[in-house]
Amino acid sequence: MKVSGVFAVFWKELADNFGSRRFLILFILISLIGVFTTYLSSQAIVAKPAETPTEFLFLRLFTSQTQSLPSFVSFLGFFAPLLGIIFGFDAINSEHSRGTMSLVLSQPIFRDSLINGKFLSSLATIAITFASIILIVFGLDLRLLGILPEGPELSRLAVFFVMSIIYAGFYLSLGILFSVLFRRTTTSALTSMAVWFFFTFFLYMLANVIADYTVPITQEVTEEVILKHTRVQAMIMRFSPMTLYGESVNVVLNPSVRTLGPIFSEASEELIPAPLSLSQSLLIVWPQFVSLIALMLICFSVSYIVFMKQEIRSI
Amino acid sequence: MEWVVETRELSKFYNGVKAVEKLNLRIREGEIYGLLGPNGAGKTTTILMLLGLTEPTSGRALVYGYNSTTEPLKVKRITGYLPENVGFYEDLTARETLRYIARLNGIPDKESSSKIDEVLKSVGLSEVSEREVGKFSRGMTQRLGIATVLIKHPKFVILDEPTTGIDPEGASHILDLIVKMSREQNITVLLSSHLLHQVQRICDRVGIVSEGHLVGEGSIEQLGREIAGKEQTFLEVQVEELMPNIANSIRKIEGVKEVRSSGNLLSIRCDRDVRRQVSKVIVDSGTLPLQIRSRDYTLEEIYIRYFQRG
Repeated sequence: MKVSGVFAVFWKELADNFGSRRFLILFILISLIGVFTTYLSSQAIVAKPAETPTEFLFLRLFTSQTQSLPSFVSFLGFFAPLLGIIFGFDAINSEHSRGTMSLVLSQPIFRDSLINGKFLSSLATIAITFASIILIVFGLDLRLLGILPEGPELSRLAVFFVMSIIYAGFYLSLGILFSVLFRRTTTSALTSMAVWFFFTFFLYMLANVIADYTVPITQEVTEEVILKHTRVQAMIMRFSPMTLYGESVNVVLNPSVRTLGPIFSEASEELIPAPLSLSQSLLIVWPQFVSLIALMLICFSVSYIVFMKQEIRSI
Repeated sequence: MEWVVETRELSKFYNGVKAVEKLNLRIREGEIYGLLGPNGAGKTTTILMLLGLTEPTSGRALVYGYNSTTEPLKVKRITGYLPENVGFYEDLTARETLRYIARLNGIPDKESSSKIDEVLKSVGLSEVSEREVGKFSRGMTQRLGIATVLIKHPKFVILDEPTTGIDPEGASHILDLIVKMSREQNITVLLSSHLLHQVQRICDRVGIVSEGHLVGEGSIEQLGREIAGKEQTFLEVQVEELMPNIANSIRKIEGVKEVRSSGNLLSIRCDRDVRRQVSKVIVDSGTLPLQIRSRDYTLEEIYIRYFQRG
């Protein structure tokens, strides 16, 4: 009986998500970005075939940037949060304002079926969106380059897929949290957008300012100072889920990336220029990946607890 | 089991503010019970506690023997609830809305389809079953609300202000539906309202709630008699000619509390039957009483009396 409640909510919300206009707009936007970035990077590969390494060519479509456009992955860093926010920000408070909350909760379901069903259906929508975009890119690649992804590429792609869902899932659960905390949908929408803006743009500036202030770079600096400066900056940047996501997917999609920190040029010459295995790549970004999962789960747990304790009607 | 719905010393405080205090409510099987009270008297809070949607601070609520707080799912399976100012998902059609409610009740689509047709017909929405609910009028929305209650085959139905904001014709239609539902399917109904005439029209028994207490209970006649017995009655006297000193003379009669005159009509408030004395005074003053009528209590007066006391 409990399970049927979650399923009923899940299927209804899934249909709602796919039918909503905001989803349609964002889906078209992200698909177009996928098509353009894939097209441009494949053109770059075709133009200079000699300069491109032949290994992991398919993954290169996602990460390589051209002069006119950043890579698809960095675009996703911007837009995946929006996808999460549009499903999350009015999940609970819109039920209150529409007057459907007590209608649904007076049916024989547990209260958590509602929030779980909504979370899972939005997560499923996000997953289907990403899967279809990856398929679009795949189709384009077949048309333009005619290369088939190999086994290791597919497994890396799968990890990238999961990471993207979790990244959007964090913003989804953040949106749900605000929809539980604020009664007005405009407030929760603006707050979610403010958090997104802070992590995406503001934190970058803040990291620079703090790094410059704590470890000033003057005319004659040693390598150590520069190293420290970069580390402070990276440390602050890692508060942002966008950085965590960017680092994770770049390492997973680029088997040649060995480290995320700065590296001395002498040291890099000593490295064997062979691609890492997937497990080695994952090892590099394990902290980032786990942090993303934790962020998502914490946000969702807090909204779950607050929602369960909330009065249906506050006087 | 005589009482199918029962609350025992039910109390609810929101951050120390009293909403309901020591409420003892009892409803018989198959009756239409009206819960009357002004806004903020604790009617909706009581209803939410009956459904297990809000936890009582103390006391218990039982619905068909199930404890609302510890077995809310069992209570909600047999109870249909139409919330005050109910809303629906605007872009679902009436049929889709009912199917969603049926699914939430664990009724498979195969079983629900025919039931949906039946319910839509009984509330008179068959013709608009494929229309989006967002385009419904207030009255249609409310009838759809009753349909969502009926789809789950309830034994007990709670209707919170079901006719608020609806034109008289629509309200009358809804009241008829409620009576029909209760009589035909032997459903127990709890109807919360502050619209007295509607309650008077359909309810078997009435409970009056004021500031979280049940201040009066019984059929409307009982309540009226109770007030009349304890307190006072009204007399309306029509005289042939209003003599200037009549009012003063009547005031001197023992038991008369208040006399008001307008035209050749005197309204007298008194705590016993003073018709005999009043007629005498009128005759003595040189005119004749044309009509003496003791007025019955309307629900409105009962209601106001109770709140004055409470």
